[in-house]
Amino acid sequence: MNQLKVLWNGIIKENPTFVLLLGMCPTLGTTSSAMNGMSMGLATMAVLIFSNLIISLIKNLVPDMVRIPSFIVVIASLVTILQMVIKAFAPEIDKSLGLFIPLIVVNCIILGRAEAFAAKNGPISSVFDGIGMGLGFTLGLTLLGAVREFLGTGKIFSMTIFPDSYGALVFVLAPGAFIALGYLIAIINKLKN
Amino acid sequence: MSNRLIVSLSPHVHSGDSIQKNMYGVCLALVPALVASLYFFGLGAAVVLLTSIVSCVLFEWAIAKFILRRERTTIMDGSAILTGILLGFNMPSNLPVWIIIIGALVAIGVGKMTFGGLGQNPFNPALVGRVFLLISFPAQMTTWPVSGSVEYLDAQTGATPLALMKWAIQSGDVSVLKDLPSSVDMLVGVHGGSLGEVSAILLLIGCLFMIVRKIITWHIPVSILGTVALLSGILHMANPVYADPISVLCSGGLMLGACFMATDYVTSPMVPKGQIIYGVAIGALTVVIRNWGAYPEGMSFAILIMNAFTPLINTYCKPRRFGEVIRKEAKK
Amino acid sequence: MKKLQSTWYNMAIVLTVISVVAGAALAYVNELTKGPIAEIQQRNEAQAIKAVLCDDNAVITDTVTNGDVVVYVAENGAAVKTTDPLNGSFGGGLTIMVGLSKDFQVLGYTVLLSNETPGLGAKADEWFQKGGKGEIVGKTAGQLATTKDNGEIDAITASTITTRSFLRAVNNAYAEYAKVVNPHAEADVHTSATAKDMN
Repeated sequence: MNQLKVLWNGIIKENPTFVLLLGMCPTLGTTSSAMNGMSMGLATMAVLIFSNLIISLIKNLVPDMVRIPSFIVVIASLVTILQMVIKAFAPEIDKSLGLFIPLIVVNCIILGRAEAFAAKNGPISSVFDGIGMGLGFTLGLTLLGAVREFLGTGKIFSMTIFPDSYGALVFVLAPGAFIALGYLIAIINKLKN
Repeated sequence: MSNRLIVSLSPHVHSGDSIQKNMYGVCLALVPALVASLYFFGLGAAVVLLTSIVSCVLFEWAIAKFILRRERTTIMDGSAILTGILLGFNMPSNLPVWIIIIGALVAIGVGKMTFGGLGQNPFNPALVGRVFLLISFPAQMTTWPVSGSVEYLDAQTGATPLALMKWAIQSGDVSVLKDLPSSVDMLVGVHGGSLGEVSAILLLIGCLFMIVRKIITWHIPVSILGTVALLSGILHMANPVYADPISVLCSGGLMLGACFMATDYVTSPMVPKGQIIYGVAIGALTVVIRNWGAYPEGMSFAILIMNAFTPLINTYCKPRRFGEVIRKEAKK
Repeated sequence: MKKLQSTWYNMAIVLTVISVVAGAALAYVNELTKGPIAEIQQRNEAQAIKAVLCDDNAVITDTVTNGDVVVYVAENGAAVKTTDPLNGSFGGGLTIMVGLSKDFQVLGYTVLLSNETPGLGAKADEWFQKGGKGEIVGKTAGQLATTKDNGEIDAITASTITTRSFLRAVNNAYAEYAKVVNPHAEADVHTSATAKDMN
C-alpha cells in the first residue's frame, strides 16, 4: 500500500509539472507537440528511475559534503548512457528527441528527487517514487504538448483535427508555452479543490 | 427632513468623475477616426469594428458571469467597448470574423479578466489581443487593404508605408521611399494600414479633445511623439535611407498608440514625472523596433514592454507625502 | 549502516570511486554502441544520397570533402551535404543534402539536421519538395531565392529567415559541385551564378 501511495503522490498530489513546478526548462522548451512532450517525459522517467535506485543504494557511502557532485556524476553518466543507447538501438526516437536528451541532466526534478526522496528512503520506495514522478512529468508534458499542438496547428499526435491554417501559431512558439502552462495550472488547481 | 444632517466619512465633495464618464469620453474622442475608417475602408471597417466591439462586450459579460461568478457585471462601464474599438482599430479591414473573435477572447479573457478585470490588468488588453493575433496569424494580420478599397473580404491589398520604410532600410535603397504617400496624404489618411492607422490628423483631434476635457494629461502623448520625432530626425539626417520624421510620425499605429493606447489609466504611470519617463522609453523603443526589429511596426511591442515597467516607474516616482521628510535630512 | 563522515579522506575516496565507476560504465557503453551508431549514420547518409538523387542504384564514384561540405559524385550528378555558409537559420545548424543533376538542376533534397521551430521553419522538410508550395526541384541557381529577393521560391509562411538560410545552403551546394566538376573555372561559374542572382 505504501508504495502505491508513493506512486500516487508523484502522479497527482505532487505532480512535478503542475504542483511542484519543477523542471520548467524542458516543460516549456520541448512541448511543441504531444509526441515531443511524451518522448521527453518517458526519457526523463527512465533516467529518474535509475538515478533514484542508484542513489538510494549508495546514499550511506556518500559523505554529506560531497553528495551533490556525486549525484550529478551519477545522473550525468546515466543520461549519457541513455543517449548512446538510444542513438545505437532506436534511431527513430533519436531523430525526434535527440536534441533534448542531454537537457535531462539539468532537469531539477532528477536532482530534486535524489535529494528529497532517494537520499532518505530505501531502494524499492525510491524506484516507485521515480516511476510516479516520471509518470506525473510525462503526463504533464504530454498534456501541455497536446494543448499547444492542438491550438497551434490543429493536430493532436499529428492527427489533424482542424486545418493547419486555423491554428494560432503563437502556441507553438515560446510565449504560447507560458500562456498554455499558466492556464493549465490554473484549471488543474481549480479542479483539485 | 429628518436626514438633512448626514454625518459621513470623507470625501465630502465629489468631482463627478467616474469610470463611465472617462471611458465614454475616450470613445467619443475616437469617433472622428472611426468615421474616417468607415469612409476609407467601408463595409470591411464596419464588419471588423462591430464584431470586435460586440465580442469584447460579450466575452466580458460571459467571463464575469460564468467563470468569476460575479453578481454585477461591468460591461456597461465602457471599458470593454473601448477595448473593442481599439482592438478593431488595430486590425486590417479584411480580417476574417473568426480571427477577430479570437482576438477579442484573448484581449478580454487573457489580457484583462484573468487578472481580475478593469484596474488589475498589467498590460493593455487591446494590445495583448493584437500582438497575440500578429504572432499567431502573421499572414492575415499583415495583408493590408489599400485605402478606398471598401469591399470586405476581397479588398485590394498593398504595401503600407511602414513596409516600404523597412524595405528601404533592409535593401539600403533610398529610391524605395519615393513610393511613400505625400505628407498631406499621410496626415489625412490616404494610405493602407489597419483601421485606426489611417488618419493621423483625426486621431490628434481626438487626443486634443481628451486633453481639453482633462481625460488624459499631455505628458505621455507629447513625450512619445517628441522622442520619435527627435530620434527619427537624427537618423534621417545621418542616412536618408531612414524615412523623414513626419512620415514616421504619421504612419502605422504611432498616433493611435501614443494618444489612446499608451495613455490607458490602468497600465501607465500615475505621476507626470513617471509618465514622461514612460513616454520617452516607448518612443525610443518604437524607433529601435521599427528600424532594426523583425516586424515593421514596433509601437504595440514598445507599449507592452513599458506596461511591464509601469509598477517599477510608479515605485521610483512616488510623490512625497505631505509632511514626509527625506531620511537623509532627518538624520542630520 | 552508518553514514560516512565528511572527512577529507572519505570525500576524496568516494568521489574518486564514483567517477572511476561512472567513467568505466561510460567507456563500456560507448564501446558497445560505437559500431551500431556509425553503421546507422552511414546507412542514413547512403539512403539520403539515393533519395536526393532519385536513383536507388546510385553508385558513388568520387567523394570530395571541403570543410563541412561533402560532395558525393555519382553518375547522373552529385549529392551534396552542406550547411548554410552564414549559419543564419532560426535555430542554427541547418544541414541538408541536395541532389544535383549534371546540368545543374535540383533533383531532390532532404533535411539532415534542423533545429527550426516546429510548425514554422521545421516545415522545410516538406515545403520545398516536389509538389510542395515552394518547390525547388528542377530549379537552377539563378532562380533559387525567395520571391521577396527577386527569386522564384515562395518562402515558408512566417519563416523567411529559415527559407533564406535553406536557399543559401542549396546555393552553396551548387558552388561546391561546380568546383568539383570544373576546378579551374571555379571563379567563372561562381560569378555567373551571382550575376544571375542580380537579374
